[in-house]
Amino acid sequence: MASKVLYSVRGPVPRKRDDFEDVLEERRKSSDLRYALKCYTPAVYRNLVPCKAGVLKTLVLQSEAVRYVIEQVAAETGETWEAVQDEASQVLEEMAHRQQLSTIRFFAFTLSKAFKALYRSVRVNEDGVQRLQQAIQEHPVVLLPSHRSYMDFLMMSYLLFTYDLALPVIAAGMDFMSMKFVGEMLRMSGAFFIRRSFGGDKLYWAVFSEYVKTMLRNGYAPLEFFLEGTRSRTAKSLTPKTGLLNIAMEPFFKGEVFDVNLVPVSISYERILEESLYARELLGVPKPKESTSGLLKARRILSEDFGTMHVYFGAPVSVRSLSQGHIGRSQYNLVPRHIPQRPAADTQAFVNDVAFHLVRLQEENMVLKPWALISTLLLQNPNGMELSTLIQQADWLRGLALSFGAFLDWPGEMVSKVISSSLAVHRNLVCVSGGRVRLLVPEVSGAECGAEEAEFNRAVSVLSCASYRNQALHIFVRPALLAVSMRSTESCRRDEIYNCFNILRNIFSNEFILCPGASVQDFEEACHLLVKCGALRELQQEVVMSSSGQTTLSFLCSLLEPFLQSYQVVCRYLCEDTQEDLPEKNFVPAVRNFALRLILAGSLSCYEALSSDLQKNALAALVRLNAVKQIKNSDQVILKINKTAVNSLEDTLGGKIPTQKPVLARL
Amino acid sequence: MASNTDISEHQRSARRRLRIIAGHLQRSEQDGAAALSAQECKAETPRPSAAKGTAVPKRRQEIMKWNGWGYSDSRFLFNKKGQAEFTGRRYRLSGLILPSLKDWFEGTFGANLQHKTPATASLSVSAVPPPNLNELLVEELKAAGVALSSNPEDRVFRSHGHCLHEIFALREGRIGRIPDMVVWPSCHDDVVKIVELASKHNVCLIPYGGGTSVSSALECPPEETRSIVSIDTSQMNRILWIDEKNLTAHVEAGIIGQDLERQLNESGYCTGHEPDSMEFSTLGGWVATRASGMKKNIYGNIEDLVVHIKMATPRGVIEKSCQGPRMSTGPDIHHFILGSEGTLGVVTEVTMKIRPIPEYQKYGSIVFPNFQQGVACLREVAKQRCAPASIRLMDNEQFQFGHALKPQVSSIFTSFLDGLKKFYITKFKGFDPHHLCVATLLFEGDREKVLQHEKQVYDIAAKFGGLAAGEDNGQRGYMLTFVIAYLRDLGMDYYVIGESFETSVPWDRVLDLCRNVKERIVRECKDRGVQFPPLSTCRVTQTYDAGACVYFYFAFNYRGLSEPIHVYEQVEHAAREEILANGGSLSHHHGVGKLRKEWMRESVSSVGLGMLKAVKDYVDPNNIFGNRNLL
Ligand SMILES: Cc1cc2nc3c(=O)[nH]c(=O)nc-3n(C[C@H](O)[C@H](O)[C@H](O)COP(=O)(O)OP(=O)(O)OC[C@H]3O[C@@H](n4cnc5c(N)ncnc54)[C@H](O)[C@@H]3O)c2cc1C
Repeated sequence: MASKVLYSVRGPVPRKRDDFEDVLEERRKSSDLRYALKCYTPAVYRNLVPCKAGVLKTLVLQSEAVRYVIEQVAAETGETWEAVQDEASQVLEEMAHRQQLSTIRFFAFTLSKAFKALYRSVRVNEDGVQRLQQAIQEHPVVLLPSHRSYMDFLMMSYLLFTYDLALPVIAAGMDFMSMKFVGEMLRMSGAFFIRRSFGGDKLYWAVFSEYVKTMLRNGYAPLEFFLEGTRSRTAKSLTPKTGLLNIAMEPFFKGEVFDVNLVPVSISYERILEESLYARELLGVPKPKESTSGLLKARRILSEDFGTMHVYFGAPVSVRSLSQGHIGRSQYNLVPRHIPQRPAADTQAFVNDVAFHLVRLQEENMVLKPWALISTLLLQNPNGMELSTLIQQADWLRGLALSFGAFLDWPGEMVSKVISSSLAVHRNLVCVSGGRVRLLVPEVSGAECGAEEAEFNRAVSVLSCASYRNQALHIFVRPALLAVSMRSTESCRRDEIYNCFNILRNIFSNEFILCPGASVQDFEEACHLLVKCGALRELQQEVVMSSSGQTTLSFLCSLLEPFLQSYQVVCRYLCEDTQEDLPEKNFVPAVRNFALRLILAGSLSCYEALSSDLQKNALAALVRLNAVKQIKNSDQVILKINKTAVNSLEDTLGGKIPTQKPVLARL
Repeated sequence: MASNTDISEHQRSARRRLRIIAGHLQRSEQDGAAALSAQECKAETPRPSAAKGTAVPKRRQEIMKWNGWGYSDSRFLFNKKGQAEFTGRRYRLSGLILPSLKDWFEGTFGANLQHKTPATASLSVSAVPPPNLNELLVEELKAAGVALSSNPEDRVFRSHGHCLHEIFALREGRIGRIPDMVVWPSCHDDVVKIVELASKHNVCLIPYGGGTSVSSALECPPEETRSIVSIDTSQMNRILWIDEKNLTAHVEAGIIGQDLERQLNESGYCTGHEPDSMEFSTLGGWVATRASGMKKNIYGNIEDLVVHIKMATPRGVIEKSCQGPRMSTGPDIHHFILGSEGTLGVVTEVTMKIRPIPEYQKYGSIVFPNFQQGVACLREVAKQRCAPASIRLMDNEQFQFGHALKPQVSSIFTSFLDGLKKFYITKFKGFDPHHLCVATLLFEGDREKVLQHEKQVYDIAAKFGGLAAGEDNGQRGYMLTFVIAYLRDLGMDYYVIGESFETSVPWDRVLDLCRNVKERIVRECKDRGVQFPPLSTCRVTQTYDAGACVYFYFAFNYRGLSEPIHVYEQVEHAAREEILANGGSLSHHHGVGKLRKEWMRESVSSVGLGMLKAVKDYVDPNNIFGNRNLL
């Protein structure tokens, strides 16, 4: 499996990370206007073929690749060549960016104002910026920021402008185009727009991929897109999409460029702008259409405190080095390179591995604030905690996180101080009263509001809080899966534990970033970390909990509990509460209802089960594990449920591990 | 048949042709043109003597270097004043000072004239392992009257080609496995006899032509335990007949390029086959490696030039029964021979196409603003099928290198230099000297057509931003191809090692391949601890309908490296991988030898390799031709 070589189990030495500088510091001292109008002369790609945005379109339309597909489409549809070309030209018109420096300067000015109002500081690793500057000159660069907020790409362009780096062109979803003005503004700052789905549309695909590749090949500008495809509403990294990455890597595969530098960028927020918006969305309050007025309403939030933001530019990853030994580029020798070809299965698998690898790199450099640990603890104590207990446990958890390699931004040594400052930033989510800390549930206005709405309000709090816990999940997820496996198997035998680990890992592979095919590595990493922190001892064929390991292991089990329970709720719903055929579109509302009923009846206390994200991930897992089949009808998708399979999965989640021949060979 | 009258009738054009060759290759004129010998060779009758007036004697050591390129009297050196000069009297550059070479050399490689790495002065006979002779074979060969020797010098001379590692080892006085004996057949029948006896006594035979191989093809396999006999074909060097009605010549395979051309010229003809190694490489060697000449656009590559081939193998003699210009008789058996690299037998005689010496020859050059434009122009020229006899496009580094080889004073060069200066000021404006590149051209034919052709090419060039840059510039470019091989020896005197390698590639990938390979070289050098950026440069040397031949030069300063040759080989290996990954071929004309055989399967598929093996197994089941090339 390709993945084996891409990732290595991290050794005991934590990787060295760069220091941060606050970009707002300078902004608070000097004129924003002068800054926005500063002389901007970025270093560019050394083989740059300079060209204007308009010429770019011509290049794309006249490229062999696009002409080839135009010809093909014309032949298939019977339309004239000119008509199809017109169509292509329109597609391009709709897609293309119109970056201009004046717009960037406008943003530089206004965003300076906004950022200063929103954030205490915006901290950037300047060594990463240096590396990026080098990388941009050497080879075409692809910037891959994590995506948690609309702020992400505004911030990216802002920073690149600030550091005098080449401004990126950014792949954005079409949703923005419904906001006429904002859409056009973004277009002028370098965004280009892609339809969310264009399945079989050859022409669209050809124009789109050629547009992207032309920019890359010519070193026109750094290309920026979000591997996760969309903003993560849960602050967990999303399973990466590979379409664009594949396009971005193809010029290397086909020898059109010597190399491509992939630069993962981790953007971490102490407090997310969209915090409660996301929670509501996950609970089925429809997301406000991305309209200009909606964004304007956001003005209100300018008066709030969103703490510190960290942007970490990771080390450039060379596609050439990654491909070494994985991709035989000579496979492209026998067909003219402009003829579109579906990537071979091994190429696809490779790109997928790379995508996961990059998302993990993003995760690794995410900066965690104390709040991520505090919210983790608060969620495990739904009735609140004594402040002193919280302080004590947070300190303990900090140690654990650090030993697992977390990138913690822990300002100062006085734990109590750190905690109270953290609680202050998040005072909309928690309150401290009478020495106890607990989640804040928004007051329900009006007496007539029902129990349902009360529970929903509570859920909003829980999910908001969970999104901060999720920021830290990637640190704990592997050891946590191991902890749960040990609990379920009640065994010390390495092979049995691994067997269970593997099953759980498989179930949760839509939920967490678990690289395909890297089960053994993950297991070993988990063992390594738990041994390192003193919770486990590893013997020849056994993994044994050490005397002091109980706290750690049960903490880790609790961490996964909401996920185990939510998946179980989905399974129960499918087994108990529905026919064998369920229209897919009914799935989420129905499960939500089911969960809500359980909560109201007092038999479920896991509010996260109401989250559509978890529900969808659970469904995806069930489909992947063949417990549910998706049948496409003329107008809808029907879920065919294999109740026996779902039932057994539910058992597994509940801790009954199916006895299987342990896969010894793989250990 | 060539008669004496024919010869005299062609006297005039022959002289012209000689002048032409002298244009890039100036030798002291040898008096007494060699008479054509149509003598029969029968092993039992008095032996035919090799053609007189051959440029390379049987005892090569008399005039050639034992551990470097070419004639002993010709070499580059830095004189006491630190200026580069080229010694001897054979070439147009001979005896001239090259004032800018030092700066270029030091600047490009970070080399320093203080840091010398001189070669072992002379061959130490004691370093040569004693021969492992098969006494019975020796007896029988002697009885058959075949010339032979086991003299250490003779053997060392036939133990190598001109790969970097081979020359480097010799310079250090290291001698590995070498032939145990050298034999000099003087005709086809001699070869047949030798092959027969070798099979009988189970010794290993390695054909040796001009020794210019750059693929480790001549290296003796170290694991070979049998006695190794080098068959030096140099004494089979006669033109046996010329057929003017069909324009063919029947020639013994050991003739070297310059002799063949000179002798044909004397009859008013030429083959037009001019590989850069033509001073020393042989007809048999060309056939055995599928060689390519600079003027293939008019005359074709070796496979286009041969009409008939005779080869002696352990199974017997292989040849066709007629000289029909094309046949449909199954796969062309010539193609088993062409490129067989001495693994199947010895090519002994070849019937080759000849052409009347062209009436007129004209050099030319074009400057392009950058390499891309240059390639685009060559592509267009190929598309319109109007390529001159030769057209070569140098990248910017080679353009600069060419400048470094400007001689100080010489009537021929001064005018050109002045011209160039003026040219710089008037026309190069707008051309970035760090991007521009030059194409050199050679036109041949009758005068009017050449001029017409020239215009056509320059018109195309203009469309790609190319400016005509003068005849001299072009001529100089071609002249340099013969002395450039001497430069490596100079580099090796000062810690600089290098080599060239080539490929062929479809047009649409030329640019990508050139860029990626050059960059790969730079990167690999850096990764392997080479202290100074290497010279990594290329040129497009041949155009075809569907692609081009690209030639790379790669050299670096190895100071500070403990195993320079190993590093060199790793980088070359990486460069070849890069070529293959970018759609280039394993070789356009240098062949596979032992250097590139690890990629044969990938290149021709398992079935393809199996086919070749099957042929080898049939023709030479006991691996008498055991040089282990190719397969
Ligand atoms: C400076 C330089 C420039 C070069 N330029 C060119 C060029 O422009 N074009 C080009 O094509 N090549 C070029 N080469 C490569 C080389 O000259 C060719 O491969 C040439 O064809 C080799 O001929 P040779 O007579 O020197 O053969 P050798 O080097 O002696 O032998 C080469 C191989 O052929 C076999 N062989 C030789 N003679 C016979 C025979 N009679 N029968 C059977 N097998 C035989 C040998 O066993 C060996 O495997 C160049 C090399 C150098 C060093």
